[in-house]
Parts: sequence; C-alpha cells; structure tokens
Amino acid sequence: MTIAPPSDQLTAGASERRRPARQNGRTAGRTPIGYVFVALYALLTLAFGVVPALYAVVLAFTNANGGFAGITNFTKVVGDFRFWPAVLHVTIYLVIWLIALVVFVVGLALLVHAVRVRWVSTALRFVYYLPGALAGASSVLLWLFVLDPTASPVSGLLKAFGFNSFVAVIQPGHLPAIFAIIAFWTGAGGWIVIMYGALNNISTEVIEAARVDGANAVQTAIHIQLPMLRKWIAYMGVMSLAAGTQLFVEPQLLSQASNAVVPNDYSLNQLAYQYAFQQNDFNGAAAISLLLLVVALLLSWVFVTRGGLFEKE
Amino acid sequence: MSALSGESSRVNLRGWSARSVAGIVMALFVLFFVIPIVWLLLAVTKSAKSLIVSNPFSAGSWSDLVANWHQLFAFQDGAVTTWIGNSAVYALGALVITLVVGVPAGYALALTEFKGRRALLVLTLVVMLIPSTALVLPIFLELNSIGLIGSPLSVILPMSFFPFGVYLTYIYFSTSIPRDLLAAARIDGCTEFQVFSRIALPLAAPIVALVAFFSFVQNWNNFFLPFVMLPSSDGYPVQVGLTSLLAATPAFNPSSAGSDSVQLPTLALATIVSILPVLFVFLFSQRFLVAGMTAGGTKE
Repeated sequence: MTIAPPSDQLTAGASERRRPARQNGRTAGRTPIGYVFVALYALLTLAFGVVPALYAVVLAFTNANGGFAGITNFTKVVGDFRFWPAVLHVTIYLVIWLIALVVFVVGLALLVHAVRVRWVSTALRFVYYLPGALAGASSVLLWLFVLDPTASPVSGLLKAFGFNSFVAVIQPGHLPAIFAIIAFWTGAGGWIVIMYGALNNISTEVIEAARVDGANAVQTAIHIQLPMLRKWIAYMGVMSLAAGTQLFVEPQLLSQASNAVVPNDYSLNQLAYQYAFQQNDFNGAAAISLLLLVVALLLSWVFVTRGGLFEKE
Repeated sequence: MSALSGESSRVNLRGWSARSVAGIVMALFVLFFVIPIVWLLLAVTKSAKSLIVSNPFSAGSWSDLVANWHQLFAFQDGAVTTWIGNSAVYALGALVITLVVGVPAGYALALTEFKGRRALLVLTLVVMLIPSTALVLPIFLELNSIGLIGSPLSVILPMSFFPFGVYLTYIYFSTSIPRDLLAAARIDGCTEFQVFSRIALPLAAPIVALVAFFSFVQNWNNFFLPFVMLPSSDGYPVQVGLTSLLAATPAFNPSSAGSDSVQLPTLALATIVSILPVLFVFLFSQRFLVAGMTAGGTKE
C-alpha cells in the first residue's frame, strides 16, 4: 500500500502543488455523484448569486418603467455631486487599510510564529484574535466610545493630539483612517491566525535547509516564508478589498451618532442605499452596485492571477 | 519527523536587540487590541456619571451593573430579548443550511468530476469576491417579488449561500486529502457516498468547524442584509437593534432625551450583550480553530 504520502505532500505550501499528480486523481468520474453533492449549492448560487447579479445588470440599463435606458443611469449617478467624494473616501480608506493589513498582519504573524514559548504564542494569537468577536455594529459602537474624549480609555492620547471633543475627532479628514483602524482592530486577528497556520504548514525541511545554509531569521522570512505566504496574502488582499468597497455600517452609525457631521452618503454603498430607499431609484442604486462590482472584479483579477489563488486548476 | 516538527520549523530570532524590538512591537499590538475590550468590560459596571468622571480603568459597582442591565432589558418593553432571539434563529438557521449544502459541494468540486464543475468553481470564486452588499438590493427586489420581505427566510436563505465556506472546503479537500486514500476506500468496496461520509468528512472535521465558525460569526454580525430586508423592529437581529439603542442615547443623539432614553453604560452593556454568543464561540473554539488551521501539517 502506498497510501501514506510523503509528509511534503501534506505540509507543502502552494508552490509544491504544481507538479502533475493528478493523472489518477479523479476516479469518481464514472458515477454522477458529483451532481448530487453540488445540486443544492448550485441552486443557492443561482438564487442568490447569479440571478440577483443579472437582475442588477438589467436594472442598471433600464429605467423605472422597464424600458431600455442605455447608460443614462450611469451618467446620472456619476454626475451626482455626491458620487466622486464617496469614491475618494472609499479609496483613501482602502489604501490605508490594505497597507496596514498586509504590513502588520504578515509582520505580526512572522513575529508570533518565531515565539518559541508555546503558551505565549497561543496567548498572543488569542488576544489579537479576540476583537474579531466584535464585528459590524458592535465594534463601531465600541469605537464611538473610544473616540469620544469624554469617556474614552485613551482620552489622554486623544487630548495630546488636540482632540478635545467627539466632533473634533471625527472631522472628515480623519474618517478614512478611523474606519481603517476600526476595520483593522476587528479583522486583523483572524488573518494573523490564518497566516500563522500557513506558516506552520511550511515544510520543516525547507526551513531547516535555509538555516543550514546560514540564513538568519530575516532572510528566512523574506526568501522562504514570504514567498510561501504569497497565496494567503493575495487571498487576504482580495477578501479585504471586496469587504472594504462595501463600507457601510461604520459611516452609517457614525453619521447617526454625530448628528450628521458625518454625512449619510459618505460611502458608495450608502449612496446606493440612499438611491434605493430615499429616492426610490432602484435603477440608480443598481448602477452604483454594478460599478462597485466591476471595480472589485478587476482588482481581484490582478490578485487572483498574480497570487496563484487558483493554481490548482 | 514528528518529534522535530514542533520546534524546528520555527525561525530563531537571534540577538538580544532583535528580540526586544519584536517583543515591544507585539506588546504594543496587545495593548491596541485589548484596551478597548478591557475598558468596555469595566464601563458596564459604572453609572453614567462615574463613566465620565472616574478613571477609565477603574471598576464600578455590582449595583450599577445590575441597574444598567435592567435599563437595557426594559428598553422598549424587552425589545433586546426579542432581537437576541431573532439573531439566534437567523444565524443558526443559516449555519445549518450552509453546512448541509456547502461541505458536500466543496468535496464534489475538489474530488469528483462532473459537467460544469469548473464553471461552478469559477462562479464560487467570483461570487465570493463580489461585495455581498452589491447583491443585497437586487436580492431585496427578487424576494420582494415573491413576497418574502420581512420574513425570517429573507435573511436566512441569502446568508446560507456562503461561497467562502465552499471555497475553504474545496481548498482543504483538494490539498489535504490524499486521493490515494479515497481510491483505496473505493477498492475496498465503499460507495461514493460512503467515501464522502466515512473517509473524507471525518478527516475534514477541522475545516467543517472552521466553516461553521465563520458562517455563524458572519451571520450573527451581519448588518446590511437584515437592515434592508426587515422593516419592523420585531424582526431585527440584535446588530440592527443596536442602532435603535444608539438613536435613543442622548450622548450621541441629543434629540432623544426622553423617558425611554439610554445611558452610555447601558449602550456599552448592549454592545457586550450583542456579541456574547460570538464571544463564547471564540473562547470555546480557540484551540479547535488553531488545530483546524494547522491540521494539514500535523496529520501524518
């Protein structure tokens, strides 16, 4: 029996899997069991993925009466005085957030992975991870407190920067950074744990070989660990980018809590929501959604093709 | 081999200064992640006045905590209890459907051959990368046309479509399950279903737990979908309910000062209560999750 594979096959990172090991792989092709297993999922994909997406396309190119509208919906929303500021807000937020995420998550994962005392490493991961329990509205509420100098645990810090009131903290120029901090605080830990797991999966022999060759920790990180994390970093980038363009709950709650110092059309999604539920213009809302979709798909494509997300195929 | 794998794959940080810098960086991030949570836990034990005047990291009193608790659950005649119940129904309902539908799908995509497999795979990745809110409004219209808006199904069904979970199981099945093992089971006389249920599924337990975890947390914390789908406060999950509480907090909404208004410590308590189930899952599953993340490297 040759069932027990060499350990590399189980532990190797992405690059290890390029070799053509699947000639005798899919022997299940003889029976149609695959159809049974995916049937329900395919149904859900149609109902809540494909059909709504196509519906958005239809809506974006038609008018309220269902007649073909060409690109008038797009020219309307792009010409909206609120559109470009929203694009700018989301873009700045994304740049800050993605850079922070990649730099700090990868850095911290490498550092924590280098910790040799087991319980310290476990405790660190847990602490970094814990804020992930507070997502969505809960974390925004918590950060409302943290950013309000009257009650904040870091009011000293806020005041040292000259922020003496809640309104001073949430000036428009600060918002992208604030939203990035909230998102990082909530989401980074999960990614650190995932990166840590990926680091654990790097074959022992590879690290050992690097060490024998005289590589120090930094060289090993740059030349061995980072390339092997590439796929996960790309994945984190894609998911975070997709999530980031959706910016909604943070500005929405901040707008509510600041008596509209933060406008309720700060982000693109809020603008789409305004179109749909305040102006009853579903076609305009669909046009914004579609624009968001195209941008996210284009950018993801770069990540996917360069990060080897799908290289199994 | 396995005796080595624990320690020797770790990279040595040599030198005293390198270690101190690394330690300081990690410690600073500990503070960043922990301070808000510690503060929150203390804030709920204070009265509205002492929250502002006392040291942020001093503890309050038990009686203030009880008072905050009563104010929270008395809000709008116990609305908070209703919201938590709603959240549980939505999150668990979607979780069950996600697992029943998603895990076999990930298995089939990874290890079986069928027509349209690659198309479904690409579709899964694409939908996974689509901002889910981009689909919320179209799904709203779709469900509106069949009269589901306001029904629990209008949030449970869309939430149970979880391509990320399918992708995770797909990756796991295609990288961590040796195909030879499945082939051997077939030679030994297993049917295709038995190969899945007796061989692949038990091996995939860590990744199933991981998917369940992500699904539950995401469902519980979902804001935009229920915000759009559920017009009535009776149907809110607790995350959307928080906005009602926020709107009733004079400190953040001066126009709301009235009989049913909410004080800051009560709002803080609401924040904790709203995430308690997720927090429990976090604490409970920490070890299991890490095991799941690293399972590929340790099963030999």
